Amino acid sequence: MSLWKIALRSIQHRFFASLLTVISMALGVTLVVAVLSIHGIMQESFTTNASLGYNMIVGAKGGKLQLTLNTVYYLSAPVENIPYDYYLEFLPASRRDAELDTAIRARAHGVRQSMASIETVSALGGGLLPASLLAGAVNEQALERAGAKQLDRGRDGKFLQYTEFAIPVCLGDYLGNFRVVGTVPEMFERLRFGEDSDREYEFATGRNFQAYSDEFGYFEAVVGSTVAREMNLKVGDEIAPAHGSVDGHKHAQMFTVVGILKPSGTPNDRAAFINMEGFYLMEDHAEPIAVDKEAAQRAAEESSDSSDPARDAKSADGEDVASPVAVSRTEARRVPLPVEQRKVTSLLVLSKPRGALGLQYIINKANVAQALFPVQEIYGLFALIVSPLQRALLFLTAMICVVSGTNILVSIYNSMSERRHEIAVMRALGAGRSTVMTVILLESVMLAVGGGLIGWTLGHSLNMLASPIIEAQTGITIGFFDLAPGVKLADLFAMEDSTNPLLQWRISPEVVVLPALVLLAIVAGFLPAMSAYRTDVSRSLGS
Amino acid sequence: MLVLRDVKKHYREPNGHDLPVLDIPRFTIAAGEQVVLVGKSGGGKTTLLHVIAGITRVDSGVIEFDGRDIAKLSEPALDRYRASRIGYVFQTFNLLPAFNALENVELGMAFAKGPKDSAHAKQLLDRVGLTKRWSHKPSAMSVGEQQRVAVARALANRPKLLLADEPTANVDPGNQQKIIDLIRQSCEAEKIALLMVTHSMEVAGQFSRVERLEEINRVGQA
Repeated sequence: MSLWKIALRSIQHRFFASLLTVISMALGVTLVVAVLSIHGIMQESFTTNASLGYNMIVGAKGGKLQLTLNTVYYLSAPVENIPYDYYLEFLPASRRDAELDTAIRARAHGVRQSMASIETVSALGGGLLPASLLAGAVNEQALERAGAKQLDRGRDGKFLQYTEFAIPVCLGDYLGNFRVVGTVPEMFERLRFGEDSDREYEFATGRNFQAYSDEFGYFEAVVGSTVAREMNLKVGDEIAPAHGSVDGHKHAQMFTVVGILKPSGTPNDRAAFINMEGFYLMEDHAEPIAVDKEAAQRAAEESSDSSDPARDAKSADGEDVASPVAVSRTEARRVPLPVEQRKVTSLLVLSKPRGALGLQYIINKANVAQALFPVQEIYGLFALIVSPLQRALLFLTAMICVVSGTNILVSIYNSMSERRHEIAVMRALGAGRSTVMTVILLESVMLAVGGGLIGWTLGHSLNMLASPIIEAQTGITIGFFDLAPGVKLADLFAMEDSTNPLLQWRISPEVVVLPALVLLAIVAGFLPAMSAYRTDVSRSLGS
Repeated sequence: MLVLRDVKKHYREPNGHDLPVLDIPRFTIAAGEQVVLVGKSGGGKTTLLHVIAGITRVDSGVIEFDGRDIAKLSEPALDRYRASRIGYVFQTFNLLPAFNALENVELGMAFAKGPKDSAHAKQLLDRVGLTKRWSHKPSAMSVGEQQRVAVARALANRPKLLLADEPTANVDPGNQQKIIDLIRQSCEAEKIALLMVTHSMEVAGQFSRVERLEEINRVGQA
């Protein structure tokens, strides 16, 4: 008869007490598995979020962390903006000129439109022009007069040589509790995500928004999976962003949802993306320009220009432009906001392999903007907040293990008084002290491992049940046999020797659970085992 | 086979006084010999069995078993000696309740160096008349059956000396003689020496050699 069988029989004999101990251990291990899973999900989510598809954020000078939180996670209070010109400096000459040409055309168009409005209002007998309209009109015209020279056309942006791409992001509006991001279609065409930054954004339904579409003009939107689910949005729905805050006033301008992203596990699941051109065309989003009354007067005088854009607009759209209100709705679908009236919150930049530091230096040297490496900031944030939280979770895990181990100790130790007689009998039959000690330790190990296996099964079953929710929240899927993500041995044992290749191996903490349980069982069983070891055979036998 | 010379043993009482229990100048048992030991309660009979079994160490003296002084053996060696040379039948049977009859007999073999032969364990149960009861746990057996299992367990390692401490004290009168016969016949068949403690003069009367503890133990004489 093996010692294992003797230990097993002993467990079976104290079935109820053993069952309670196993349940206690199982619950402990279930918690351990849950904590390790949470730890792993946080780690993986962090890794996914740190793999942004870009390596630099350019934004207004100020708090780096706030800029990172805003741009990467769509969190924290909104930050200041930078001029749109800055974005143009990342573009090649062709695209830059195109943007400037658009601006020039828009400006000319704006002037014509403004003049038409002035005419209309005058014709209707309005002696006084609305100040903003007048100011806008006047300044547009003044800018037009300044001509293309001022716009510095025909050259590459000065940061282009350092840059693979730059994607502008305009923040400030909300859709429910979610941030609205004004951006360009490249956001989902060029950005990649995932641990290796190689996964493309995909659409569960619909398509990416377009810079301009005949159907919806500039007012197309794409929403993240979480936003779609929580706000019950589908393709074709119209959304109206709230200005400035969750409780801000809703813009009158509606955007049509043309696509819903598949879950990516990135913060983009929790944001609504609207075409940047549409973003600029919402009220309050254009930068105000200084009022120049003389220019306004001149503009009014020049309002009899032969090429009347308002009429063009009428012929194109078949709508009456006599009313300024009617003009705005229709024209907004066609005419982008001039460059000078635009600002961006930040730029998502992927620098060329050797251009990052140079680009950062140049940008930071000037007073306009700052460039930062988001991964650096995220790792800083991780070290500041998430790591302590993870350490707390791991500490909790260790405490759970200690409690479970104590339960084993108490259970076996309590049984020792009644078992002393059995141990004495075994000793009388020739069992050595070390043999009876081994039997007790084996019993402890069997209780721990049995409880551990039940707990592991229970924990992974719970993980599997929670998998759809976790996937929806983080984009991470968990199967029954998926272990918590591996950590470096060096990290696991808090060793700093990063040169030892062995310490660079990654193993799942769950792999350590079983040996740890055995170790814990041996530690927990040691006290009762010592009690068995010291049993006075003669006294315990009685007769 | 077994020779005790000048064996002394005392216990320390709670008040700190020494309580002498054994002071035996000489006591011997020959190979295959059957000896019955009688004496007053609390006279040290069980202590003497424990001393011979190597369960209790003596204060002084020699306990020679097959020419080897077991009083000088290390504890592991004493465990091996107990497992392989001694069979022990207790007054209260001391079967382990978690094990069935067969497993209790196998447990007797578990700590000895010899083969863990399940067939041999079944043969022993067969010999004690429990062929069909091997899978029953002690709680499902009568006291007579339990003591038979205890005898089978004591014989499991083919010991040279069987120590029986009042083996019929807790057995019903109808079964007492059966147990005595079983023990004696088994010892005779296996050529095992027997030292049996009993209070029953009826039982003692069946043995050719009866020792009174008071006669061999100076403590009792004082």
